[in-house]
Amino acid sequence: MNTTILEMRGITKTFPGVKALQDVNLDVREAEIHAIVGENGAGKSTLMKVLSGVYPAGSYDGQIVYRGEEVHFKSIRDSEHRGIVIIHQELALVPLLSIAENIFLGNEQARFGIIDWDEARNGARKLLSMVGLNEDPDTLITHIGVGKQQLVEIAKALSKAVKLLILDEPTASLSEKDSAALLELLLEFKKQGITSILISHKLNEISKVADRITVIRDGRTIETMDKAEISEDRIITSMVGRSLDDRYPARAPKIGEMLLEVKDWSVHHPLHADHQVIKGVNIQVRKGEVVGIAGLMGAGRTEFAMSVFGRTYGRNITGDVFMHGRKVDTSTVRRAVDAGLAYATEDRKTYGLNLIDHIKHNITIANLPGVSRGGVIDDIAEMNVANDYRKKTNIRSSSVFQVTGNLSGGNQQKVVLSKWLFSNPELLILDEPTRGIDVGAKYEIYTIINKLAEEGKGILVISSEMPELLGICDRIYVMNEGRIVGELAGSEASQEKIMRAIVRAEGRTA
Amino acid sequence: MTTETATPAPAPAPAQTSTMRTILQTNLRDYGLVVALLAIMVFFQFTTNGVLFKPVNLTNLILQNSYIIIMALGMLLVIVGGHIDLSVGSVSGFIGAIAAIMMVRYGIAPIPAAILCILAGGVIGASQGYWIAYLKIPSFIVTLAGMLVFKGLSLAVLGGASVGPFPAEFQLLSAGFIPDFIGPIVIPQGEGVPPISLHSTTLIIGILIVVAMVFSGIRTRRRREQHGYEAEPFAVFAIKTALIGALILFFTYLLASYKGLPNVLIVMSILIAGFVFLTKRTTLGRRIYALGGNAKAAQLSGIKTERLTFYIFVIMGMLSALAGLIFAARLNTATPKAGQGFELDVIAAVFIGGASAMGGVGQVAGAVIGAFIMGVMNNGMSIMGVNIDWQQVIKGLVLLGAVVFDVYNKNKA
Ligand SMILES: Nc1ncnc2c1ncn2[C@@H]1O[C@H](COP(=O)(O)OP(=O)(O)OP(=O)(O)O)[C@@H](O)[C@H]1O
Ligand SMILES: [Mg+2]
Repeated sequence: MNTTILEMRGITKTFPGVKALQDVNLDVREAEIHAIVGENGAGKSTLMKVLSGVYPAGSYDGQIVYRGEEVHFKSIRDSEHRGIVIIHQELALVPLLSIAENIFLGNEQARFGIIDWDEARNGARKLLSMVGLNEDPDTLITHIGVGKQQLVEIAKALSKAVKLLILDEPTASLSEKDSAALLELLLEFKKQGITSILISHKLNEISKVADRITVIRDGRTIETMDKAEISEDRIITSMVGRSLDDRYPARAPKIGEMLLEVKDWSVHHPLHADHQVIKGVNIQVRKGEVVGIAGLMGAGRTEFAMSVFGRTYGRNITGDVFMHGRKVDTSTVRRAVDAGLAYATEDRKTYGLNLIDHIKHNITIANLPGVSRGGVIDDIAEMNVANDYRKKTNIRSSSVFQVTGNLSGGNQQKVVLSKWLFSNPELLILDEPTRGIDVGAKYEIYTIINKLAEEGKGILVISSEMPELLGICDRIYVMNEGRIVGELAGSEASQEKIMRAIVRAEGRTA
Repeated sequence: MTTETATPAPAPAPAQTSTMRTILQTNLRDYGLVVALLAIMVFFQFTTNGVLFKPVNLTNLILQNSYIIIMALGMLLVIVGGHIDLSVGSVSGFIGAIAAIMMVRYGIAPIPAAILCILAGGVIGASQGYWIAYLKIPSFIVTLAGMLVFKGLSLAVLGGASVGPFPAEFQLLSAGFIPDFIGPIVIPQGEGVPPISLHSTTLIIGILIVVAMVFSGIRTRRRREQHGYEAEPFAVFAIKTALIGALILFFTYLLASYKGLPNVLIVMSILIAGFVFLTKRTTLGRRIYALGGNAKAAQLSGIKTERLTFYIFVIMGMLSALAGLIFAARLNTATPKAGQGFELDVIAAVFIGGASAMGGVGQVAGAVIGAFIMGVMNNGMSIMGVNIDWQQVIKGLVLLGAVVFDVYNKNKA
């Protein structure tokens, strides 16, 4: 049980202008859950891409010894043949193909090139039951939530006779319940002798399931801890290079007059017009107030926010939006922005960033008038803005000219945030603002939120991490199946109360 | 909580590695196209025994390619915006046809007729853009339909015959040269060799352009330095400016030794400068890149993506119309076949110039150079007497080669 399955020695990987990894060592034992932690941009994903052959042998320096022999993977296929399967930070499923098709993509159940659909379906069903997903294999990927998509990815990995499973932030977009199920699954795999490497910024999860933890900072290995040594504080100190006494900055709320009111907001599904997604929601945010919306994945929080913000989701939208007690038109994004709203999306790749362009252009795009005169951009002003926000949100990059597609996941998130901070809204809606962000950077983001509130802005935070909402909000709405089912003052709110509100609502609808 | 924001020193070396080598590399990638164009020119200069750079031929080369370049400017916006326009050739032909009908049949004066024609181009662009922008019908399909429709309409309008000739004033658009306000400079040559007469106004304009370029270059450098931004090393800047300046002077000299600056070149230069400015400096341009890079993100950033797409096609329509006028003026007659196949040259020019078929990437300068690469090859191969069939084959391979080279370069980066 203590045999080493994988040893990476002296791995160094450079990108033009950036040394992403420098002499990194990692050893992983058979059938353990080995966690890798580190700040955004520390090099975790890069290390895993080196291991799995995404970056082929020769494009990095160092040695990889897997099951006793040195390996030189030329591609992902090579590593998969040896039982190493990676599930990337950003899921790689084909949205318009079915679950079964996705599971066997590139590995089709075919004879002489002709796919045996029955076998594919049966195989898929078996794999789905192994990961505890109860869905028809013919369902299209677009029709299931991220949590389930994650499970499909894992089922796909299982179909490849996996021995070493690499999960890059698998729980970042999962609800607490789904995350728990996934971690349970990893423990189950462990019993079956499957080794897992787990990257995550959720330290509580890691301390729960990891056997050992390797910490990476600035592209170097700092240390590997054994189970006995693991504690969250210990991890943080090692990760950030200093201790964080408090996860949430203190704040003295100065709550002012009414800022945003949304009344009787109802929204229908964009495709299925008879399906009502948001059902008569009423929400208020005052100046200087940080308001949270708690709820399970799929509660309709993102749908609510996007429908308010320029009707970017849904159809047959009814209800009114008021700012400062005056009714405002938010029927297009432009109008919503003019009315003083901003919405920082949870889905940075699809809705947040122009991945082929650099940081500077991404930060200013929502507020070009802010860096231009008469429609002509002042590039010095733009540089100043971009550098300023890069510093403020601590974006780890070679310069503001780094293409956002090359940034680490957490740093991409910070670019999205910067973009909306620069649009200087009165009311900022943040949808999962700290998804995939490391503990240190989270603290910085909370500090920014506090500062905005102090300036008299209103902030509406959607988050699936209840401790986060409890830590930063003055008031929390609980949403379930498109309805507000509870409202708690920050001082009296607790995880149990939020859960109770949800459960009570589910009981009512069931 | 520790208040220090002591972020650990970023060990992965940031971009301070702007050594001479990396600068050279990035510049080579940027200027690879210019180098390619120059190489092709030199090649044909030899294979055509020096005909290519003869002032007459150079002037011709500009006249022959002006309409392609003008349409390439619009096509660049279209392609950067994530679309394609297959109808530009047919639209330019159609506009040439109605221009002929207006001026030749109905005797409308050239200037009002030209203005009407360009407006008509805008309307055509709008009518296609409407389906693409608001009803989300793929541009490939809408403009394929447009291509057929306007090809047919030109035939119908002209009744299957050629209409011409145009009034003399209108011909000046393509056949005219700027007047020499100052008078020629005559350089006597040796015995028996006719003296060289230089169009002095042309020379002066060329010099002024170079001076303006040097000054604006120095000014931007100053401004960047004042604000603490590292500009490229002075040596690189100086060499670059000197090379470009020398090239401009060389070509103005060649043009001046023939009839001077063609009117079309003036129109074209103003448009090119305008489009460079539009794409590099204006919010409108920036939004087009954002649209092509990620339409959903652009929309969620408050960009009116539909209206923007619509405008792009209106601009494209107007430029196609202008190109149609220039072409008609050059042939001095409108024929039902005018404009056919232009769309291919235009699209090829934009892709050779480094635009991405996925949208979001592409430069005006690239498209213009791409158009010249195609133009020089056309011209050079014709002079060499290469058959039309082989010309097509070679052009096709060059297009493929250019794009492959680009992709290869990007993957390596
Ligand atoms: N293709 C690339 N080109 C240039 N730089 C890159 C590229 N890919 C990654 N980098 C850089 O390498 C560094 C490490 O990135 P990596 O994605 O491994 O970080 P990470 O530890 O996974 O961070 P996160 O927690 O935010 O996901 C970052 O500074 C990133 O900007
Ligand atoms: Mg990562």
